[in-house]
Amino acid sequence: MAADTLTLRVVTPENTVLDGVTVGAMVVPMSEGYLGILPNHAPMVASLRIGVLKFKAGDTYRAMAVGGGFMEVADNQATVLVDTAEVGDSIDVLRAKAALERAQRRLAERQGNLDYARAEAALQRARARLRAAEEARGSSGPGITPRDLD
Amino acid sequence: MAGKRDIVRRIRAVRSIQQMTKAMKMIAAASLRRSQAKVIAARPYARSLQDMLLRLVGTDANLKHPLAELRPVKRTAYVVITGDRGMAGSYNVNVIRLASAALRQSENDTVLIPVGRKGRDFFRRRGYAFAHEIVGLGEEPGFGQAKQLAQTLMTMFLNQEVDEVRLIYTEFISALQQRPADVQLLPITPVRGKDDLRGAGAPPQEAEGGGQPTAPVEYIYEPSAEAVLSSLLPKFVEVQVYRTILEAKASEHGARMTAMGSATDNAADMIARLTLAYNQARQAGITREISEIVGGAEALGG
Repeated sequence: MAADTLTLRVVTPENTVLDGVTVGAMVVPMSEGYLGILPNHAPMVASLRIGVLKFKAGDTYRAMAVGGGFMEVADNQATVLVDTAEVGDSIDVLRAKAALERAQRRLAERQGNLDYARAEAALQRARARLRAAEEARGSSGPGITPRDLD
Repeated sequence: MAGKRDIVRRIRAVRSIQQMTKAMKMIAAASLRRSQAKVIAARPYARSLQDMLLRLVGTDANLKHPLAELRPVKRTAYVVITGDRGMAGSYNVNVIRLASAALRQSENDTVLIPVGRKGRDFFRRRGYAFAHEIVGLGEEPGFGQAKQLAQTLMTMFLNQEVDEVRLIYTEFISALQQRPADVQLLPITPVRGKDDLRGAGAPPQEAEGGGQPTAPVEYIYEPSAEAVLSSLLPKFVEVQVYRTILEAKASEHGARMTAMGSATDNAADMIARLTLAYNQARQAGITREISEIVGGAEALGG
């Protein structure tokens, strides 16, 4: 059954962020690099890392900061299970910047009892949110840049 | 005559208590509604995760993973989830009673991890030491908090500090009915996990509508099936802890609503009784006055 769109659902433990959004293409942050997903993709389960997920709804790409999890694609239905998900234009940039600085400071100080993994994750989350917010502001601009596909 | 004034004072006191219990009841009812909405909102994630897990391990009962490792149980960790506040009827007492019984009957070493101020204070007064404690989860605990707790528990399990982790919390059956429960969190047992996430949660119409027919499809696993599985299982534990905390919260609000509802009713009864007593006292006073007047008049006339 060839189709030219797939349906995207983004779910976090706390709520369903997107449900039944028709997308023409999407780019997901997999644990080993970004991957583009087009309609009629073979069934796949992948683990995702903290990063920016993009999906093409209509003619524009929209960006979303996601916080690590999984994705399942089958029958043109993509289900993304992540700890957190925020659509780019709803991100509070000031807060994200503050979080970024806080995480950087904590990593720089390196106190003895520092939970390194947690601080690192916080840093990545803050970066992802800022990038998603950036993408959202220039949403008419380039969809996927080569940088995202490396 | 002094009796009359005392009764008036008591009526006033009971009435102001009633106002408070009534307000608390209404707040609890509103919180309960929010909690239930959160429990429902948490279901799609849990169900999808469950589907992925089942697809990955199939019906294979002997799951090979450090989090599913069965060891001879030398030490058990009990996570006891109570509320931070009282005024919820027997809510906290029931959980504490179940936990105390479990600790007493346990044949191996035990470690206690209280979640919630009431349980912590109770066990601290009795001289228990805690491996970890959490208080002040707030009225609406988030996934982040549950995740942290889950990670602490998994670390303890993986470092072999404990060989079993159990959760003692209050199962939410309905707004009027809650039941203390004791479930095993670690090691993960896939069969029971299925009952837990599916059986308890799924409303019947979604159970058939939501899931695609599970034809045996070959999936690509990125980066590999093992890697996906080893990140799925911790997530599964996190979700279970989150769900447990949400359920305990919903139960707490339900218990508080019921308790405050009956407190309000009792206050109404008491006001009715006191009003009756007041009227009797008033009537008795009037009767006495009349008889005094009559007696006086007779004495004068005679």
